[in-house]
Amino acid sequence: MDVGNVLVWIVWILAAFACLGSGIAVISFSNPFYSALSLIANLASLAVLYLLLSAEFVAAAQVLVYAGAVMVMFLFVIAYLGGRADTPWAGGPSWQALAAVAAAGAIFVEVIVVIGLKTGGRLTHAPTTDYFSGSPYDIGQLFLTDHLLAFEITSIVLLVAAVGGVILGSHARELPGAEG
Amino acid sequence: MMGPNIVWYLCVSAFLFTTGAAGVLIRRSPLIILLSLEIMLNGANLALIAFSRYHGTGDGQIFALTVMAVAAAEVVVGLGLIVAMARRRLELDVDKLRTLRG
Repeated sequence: MDVGNVLVWIVWILAAFACLGSGIAVISFSNPFYSALSLIANLASLAVLYLLLSAEFVAAAQVLVYAGAVMVMFLFVIAYLGGRADTPWAGGPSWQALAAVAAAGAIFVEVIVVIGLKTGGRLTHAPTTDYFSGSPYDIGQLFLTDHLLAFEITSIVLLVAAVGGVILGSHARELPGAEG
Repeated sequence: MMGPNIVWYLCVSAFLFTTGAAGVLIRRSPLIILLSLEIMLNGANLALIAFSRYHGTGDGQIFALTVMAVAAAEVVVGLGLIVAMARRRLELDVDKLRTLRG
């Protein structure tokens, strides 16, 4: 093992454990503000993993779009709701929570078993020698040639979501019994 | 490929997806459920990008970007719903919204 490989392993281990730890933190904090901050840490460590997979543009978009724009929107809504957003733990583990954890563990075990058994040794050999650099140039070229339909549909999805957000925000004022 | 094999990335991806699923099942606040959904989408994104690197093509990264856009749209609508609930003085608890007998 050369030095570069060891370095990549170290960065990977740090990023992966930060990712897993902050993921668990998101679902275990009772204050949604801390949950949102943990999700920002989760997204940032995921961006490091994307960089290790040589997906530079996706990593940059992850930090800008997710950790920037989307999470700021989350924090604004949490600040707007104030103390009402808190959900204190409902007194000890209920059977629902236990069943949910068991179900999630079952999904995890299933996925790991499929990865381990069904793929066999197929995924362990080195990847193909073709190398796709995730630079903005290459991503843009793919978006405007092979995946033009996905690009256009994405724009329509975003437009519909924006219109829906405006309608949801403005309609609530006219509903009977609503204040403010 | 330097560093860990693609299988390790897939394990992290599976764990993230499972964490998000557990959060959706356990928590009752719609805000935390939206955050858990983001974790699930990001787990799927990690698998897409890992396979994109493995096959040496860019299609997985394109799809990951599309998933990001869909996630942003979903957050807009979800947060709009939560704000509308808060304006109508409804309790922010998905177990207590039973008008549709869900």
